[in-house]
Amino acid sequence: MLRLSGAHAGTIHARPLAGTVARAAAVALLLAGCGGSAPDGSGTDGGDASASGTVTLVTHDSWALDEKLVEQFEQESGLTVEVSAAGDAGTLVNQLVLTKDAPLGDAVFGIDNTFASRALEAGVVEEYTPADLPDGAEQLGAALTPIDQGDVCVNADEAWFERSDLEVPTTLEDLADPEYRDLLVVSNPATSSPGLAFLLATVGAFGEDGFEDYWASLVDNGVKVADSWEDAYYVDFSGAGEGGERPLALSYATSPAFTVSEDGSESTTSALLETCFRQVEYAGVLAGADNPEGAQELVDFLLTEDVQAALPESMYMYPADPATQLPADWEKFAPQAEAPFEVEPAEVSEHRDEWIERWTATVVG
Amino acid sequence: MDRDRGRLRASLRTAPLLWGTAVAVPLGFLAVFFAWPVAALVVRGFVADGVLDLTGFTEVLSSPRTWRLVGLTLTQAVLGTACSVLLGLPLAYLLYRRSFLGRGLVRGLVTVPFVLPAVVVGVAFRTLFAPGGTLGFLGLEESLAGIVVALVFFNVSVVVRTVGGLWERLDPRTEQAAASLGAGPARVFRTVTLPALAPAIASAASVVFLFCATAFGVVLVLGGVRYGTIETEIWTRTTQFLDLRSASVLSILQLVVISGALVVSARARRRREAALRLVSARGSARRLSWRSPQDVTVALVGAAIVVGLMVLPMAGLVARSLREPDGSWGIGNYVALGTTGERNALVVTVWEATATSLRTALAATVLSLVVGGLVALVVSRRPRSVGARRAVGTLDGLFMLPLGVSAVTVGFGFLITLDQPVLGVDLRTSGLLVPVAQAVVAIPLVVRTVLPVLRAIDPRLREVAAVLGSGPGRVLRTVDLPIALRSVGLATGFAFAVSLGEFGATSFLARPDGATLPVVIYRLIGRPGAENYGMALAASVVLAVLTATVMMMAERLRDERGGGEF
Repeated sequence: MLRLSGAHAGTIHARPLAGTVARAAAVALLLAGCGGSAPDGSGTDGGDASASGTVTLVTHDSWALDEKLVEQFEQESGLTVEVSAAGDAGTLVNQLVLTKDAPLGDAVFGIDNTFASRALEAGVVEEYTPADLPDGAEQLGAALTPIDQGDVCVNADEAWFERSDLEVPTTLEDLADPEYRDLLVVSNPATSSPGLAFLLATVGAFGEDGFEDYWASLVDNGVKVADSWEDAYYVDFSGAGEGGERPLALSYATSPAFTVSEDGSESTTSALLETCFRQVEYAGVLAGADNPEGAQELVDFLLTEDVQAALPESMYMYPADPATQLPADWEKFAPQAEAPFEVEPAEVSEHRDEWIERWTATVVG
Repeated sequence: MDRDRGRLRASLRTAPLLWGTAVAVPLGFLAVFFAWPVAALVVRGFVADGVLDLTGFTEVLSSPRTWRLVGLTLTQAVLGTACSVLLGLPLAYLLYRRSFLGRGLVRGLVTVPFVLPAVVVGVAFRTLFAPGGTLGFLGLEESLAGIVVALVFFNVSVVVRTVGGLWERLDPRTEQAAASLGAGPARVFRTVTLPALAPAIASAASVVFLFCATAFGVVLVLGGVRYGTIETEIWTRTTQFLDLRSASVLSILQLVVISGALVVSARARRRREAALRLVSARGSARRLSWRSPQDVTVALVGAAIVVGLMVLPMAGLVARSLREPDGSWGIGNYVALGTTGERNALVVTVWEATATSLRTALAATVLSLVVGGLVALVVSRRPRSVGARRAVGTLDGLFMLPLGVSAVTVGFGFLITLDQPVLGVDLRTSGLLVPVAQAVVAIPLVVRTVLPVLRAIDPRLREVAAVLGSGPGRVLRTVDLPIALRSVGLATGFAFAVSLGEFGATSFLARPDGATLPVVIYRLIGRPGAENYGMALAASVVLAVLTATVMMMAERLRDERGGGEF
């Protein structure tokens, strides 16, 4: 990954001139092409993007913070916030690494602990520690500030198990038990972020040398691998109520809050809290930002009580500040794992590709 | 005659500026918004610490996995293309040479799959193919056949539209003459109709091949972990591993495969090209007769294809979109489109995203009609010098390439090439590139739709006009334009539809508050909750209805313009 960042300057010698010409052409074509026909707002308010007072937040496509909170922040700080979404969490980090010398914005939110080391090694974030970092929230590399977290766990269709008179499994080992044959669906770690998290859970549980054996036993027990979370959850998982046939599916610890019965008394699914990996999402100030002060204020803003309290409802994540009050149905239906499996971010960064390849060799063959 | 030709050439020489512009504008567009970003990203993969490093080639090319991917890519693309053409021809005949009540509706319906987001189609098909699904007994889950079925579902409309557009203008008198000379229907089709349609078939097949070869979402979803293509591998290498070294080699490999296919199809096209007698679309179609056995066969085959391939998967979507979370029927999911989803899954409401989609698609359509129209015009000429003819052929091929290159490569390429603000705007995060990226994908379709019609114009028409004293501008205006305009309606529809459904590049370039319909659908389906899932399907139905409406309007526009010119 590092070999790329250093190469930028000398890539093509003719670039500055070619760049200028092509950029001029880009403007001409854009003006000719959409100037007349696209009266959308994004074009008009983008004109003063570099003016002081604008701060651009680069994030992933799951960003969904309440507009009102952002407006309130804009009023209090005098800043104008622009949000740019880059794709999923992995895509986000890779785009930031690629654009290190001409950053896409000022601040970033959404780098998670499985990609954090790549971002830190490439130096895409500047050191910054918010003054009121909550107790229990640990920074990475003095540059990445934790904002929220979520557990990726196997979910179970409670009703199915009740009907089948079978005990709901609890541990990773249970999943390989012939009693639970052909019941589990997971997602591919190469193409899905929860899939990667679950692979890491098994690395955390069985060690770097033991996870392949565990997966081999899962394969023997009829595990099904879907391409993406939505695929596994909506097509294969019986608990989603869409006609799926497998009562065990990889999802999030928060998912049971979405299958609560009409009267709100109970959820038809539950998360197996002994099968979890914890994803932590970080924010930071981008190196080379036009507006580093604004970016710092934005990172501080994400840690404020209001935003922390809004995170569960808007982004389905637990706030990083443990003092934050959780919504009542979360307390009841979406408890966090007490001891999720862990793998050091640096370890993940170093071995991710290799582990995925070994996983592929074991599971796909 | 020779003197007349000389005069024609002289008059063409007076217009170098016109042709120069017609070549320069599209080339400039392609260079800035396609070639440069792709080249920049590929070059980045070959440079390590400022030194050229080509070891990636040997590494990737010596891996058996790479060749397995190449094999799978070609297999599924060839099968997908062949089946699309086979199933598309009877449909084209039924929908363009026969008239019947509701024909316009069926024409619109056939186009819908083309723009449905791959994630929705993938889930719809998987639901059908899953062990408990309606078609579970066929055992198509995680199979090559399943992928091919979905590819045909997406692409058959390209064949129907492109071939149908030419078919309905073929002078039926040639066929009638053959028939009255004693040729049976099969023989008439083989010896008269098929050769005349060949350019349009080759044209459609090359587009479908590119779409199939670079299919991404549907391969991932339906193929499971065992199937992959060069495209899915580039996506994974780039977005997940940031392994640009391998991704660059694979991009070049993909380019080679695609260019090879294009050269082959261009050869096939060129051999078959001939000026055809074209007539007004009105009047060429005969009413479907239940007394003719031929008509009945075609109608039954057509109905089977439409129902089995399109209605079945789409009916599943529509039915689910009308189910309430408690299992009863209702329009709750559609009412919810005015909201941002269960627990605010979205930043904008689905209706706001719909408005954005329409605005963006309008801009992209205008862009692609201008650029694609110019390309088609230039490429439709047959210059006399070999060099110029080659140049025209190359230009034609160049504008097909965007269909054969991964949206990820283009999207990531934009990030490094447009890294300086332009007039104070960072194009990468402004959202302005969305219509441009969509236009890049729509241009090849515009070219392929307009070109067969332009090429089929008898060059003698132009020569006569020139001999009679018309300047090149006037020739264009009085000969080419009226005929081309009829295909422009269809091209507009296609461009609009492509832009409405584009997801790959849009998801990189659109801002959260400027999300388009496919982007919000993708987001909704990526969240748990029966309400979000229902909304995603309802939004897909809205996208489908929107597309069908646009295509039907484009058809109508075309028919009105087309009437009475001959």
